[in-house]
Amino acid sequence: MKPVVQFKQPAVRNKWASRVVTAFLWKLVRFVLLIGISYVIVYPILLKISIAFKDKKDLYNSTVVWIPKHFTLDNFRLVLQVIDYPKVLLTSVLLSGGTMLLQMITCALAGYAFAKLKFRGSNILFMLVIFTILVPPQTIMVPTYALYKNFDIFGIYELITGRPGVNLIGTYWPFVLSSALAMGLKTGLFIYIFRQFFRGIPKEIEEAAYIDGASILTTFFRVMLPNAVPAIVTVMLFAFVWQWNDTYFTTLVLINPDLMAVKVSTVAGQIASYLASEAGIATSTGNVDPFYLSMLSNTLILMAILPLIIMYFFAQRYFVESVERTGIVG
Amino acid sequence: MIKVRLTQEQKKGRMGVLFLAPWLIGFLLLFALPIVESLKYSLSQLELTAEGMSLHFIGLENFKTAFLEHPAYNRILTESIVDMLVNVPLIIFFSLFSATLLNQKFRFRGLARAIFFLPVILASGALLGVEGGDIMQSVMQSANSEQGGNLSLLQSFELERMLIQSGANESVVAYLTDAVNRIYEIISRSGVQILIFLAGLQSISPSLYEAARIEGATGYEAFWKITFPVISPLILTNLIYSIIDAFSSNKMTRLIQETAFKTFDFGLSSAMSWIYFMCISVILFILYMLIARKVFYYD
Repeated sequence: MKPVVQFKQPAVRNKWASRVVTAFLWKLVRFVLLIGISYVIVYPILLKISIAFKDKKDLYNSTVVWIPKHFTLDNFRLVLQVIDYPKVLLTSVLLSGGTMLLQMITCALAGYAFAKLKFRGSNILFMLVIFTILVPPQTIMVPTYALYKNFDIFGIYELITGRPGVNLIGTYWPFVLSSALAMGLKTGLFIYIFRQFFRGIPKEIEEAAYIDGASILTTFFRVMLPNAVPAIVTVMLFAFVWQWNDTYFTTLVLINPDLMAVKVSTVAGQIASYLASEAGIATSTGNVDPFYLSMLSNTLILMAILPLIIMYFFAQRYFVESVERTGIVG
Repeated sequence: MIKVRLTQEQKKGRMGVLFLAPWLIGFLLLFALPIVESLKYSLSQLELTAEGMSLHFIGLENFKTAFLEHPAYNRILTESIVDMLVNVPLIIFFSLFSATLLNQKFRFRGLARAIFFLPVILASGALLGVEGGDIMQSVMQSANSEQGGNLSLLQSFELERMLIQSGANESVVAYLTDAVNRIYEIISRSGVQILIFLAGLQSISPSLYEAARIEGATGYEAFWKITFPVISPLILTNLIYSIIDAFSSNKMTRLIQETAFKTFDFGLSSAMSWIYFMCISVILFILYMLIARKVFYYD
């Protein structure tokens, strides 16, 4: 019997050793991968921060790569002179926040109805929600523009007053309408998230509330909504961010809007003409140094995403943990 | 008056209709009406006159113009479809991989997750487009790569040569090196997908893995026999989401917008967007049919 024991023991130990080695190797590989991918994600932001604090002199100094030699806030000062930053910030926050709240309310209601308050045909209606996600917004772009240009609910307004509809282009009403009626940007997705979440809440909770004498409304507001905080946080974050970054709908219905994302894409020309007039060459904007210009627009991009990053910094912990229970899962 | 007593189910149904009312009105007014209009526009010529717009029915003329006469339409359409076909598998693969990584236990996991979800916040819409064509950044990037020993372009070139010499299939090599070059695009587009996969992974009961380990399964086997089947419905969800996302802002959508608001050819623009929508639907339908049968449902 002895040889068998002697033969077996080293084999087991080898197996154990190789397991430790592979576990260690995997940890190493994972570490490298995580660092690498994180670097790729954070890199553009670091780059912008580095550019924003640079002086004009550092631009042509090849020894300066990341850390500026002449640390300065001039870029920020200049951008603030060209753009009314507080006003743009306020409009953007108000618009994004407003549409966020409206969308959250209507989508929560619709999602709850699809999940728990079923009636005949509600599944077909849900298919229509999916359909609204699938259709690219450009398909209904022109009619949407025409609709807001000449706004009229199914021709009722014209019937009463005899005049053609109201012009809503250039006002914020299209945003209010589209988000209050759950037809804003990617709103179908929010309804989907809410529906999946409410579907995951056990039926017993609902029934217990009914037996205790709660009406459907009370059950929704006092029992279901407080339980739906993860879904609400996710939807709010998405709604806010997507509205903040959107230029498609804002440029469609607003004329020259004071919004962050729009400003970012049009600012280069504005800065160029400002710099040109500063230098006394009011006629041509071609003489402005393109690198300097790009430096300034990078500064503005940083200022535009700064509020989002700050918000994410606070919401992040909550958001990342809550996702696990959101029931985004199909 | 006869008082009708409703059952709880009926009450719920009525309440459901009430809850859905805003969405239903919105759907009819802001979606159904415009989409019918859009179909009408695509089949007619639209003229702006003093008293508004006038429509002439011209049949499929606009579609013909888009396909046969427009200088760039066909090219951009194929380009955006090919682009999608290249990107989406990479996005799915990358996001599934990242999600399994982020699901494991390690130090600073919270921080890693926060960074991986950052693209959800930053990389949607305008900011990404602005970043692409920026001089300053490309200059700095090239400066960096000179320092760090030929980083981005040359490296994948080296890799390509090495792989071809080692006898790998050329088209596979081209695809792989292409993936390396697109890495930033891929990463910045997979935020939401990672989120969805991670949520799915969290929902798998740990006891399944425990049982598998006791039976002697390796981590690799556990992934293919447990994780993959449970997560397969989410692969379908993510696939559809990625395709829609890839199609929602690219050259094609810009062309449609320009045709409408720069050259004011509303009919042509509508026709273009309808062809585009049809292409997306066909692709989605085929993929759905192919994959939905293989998806495993737990219940």
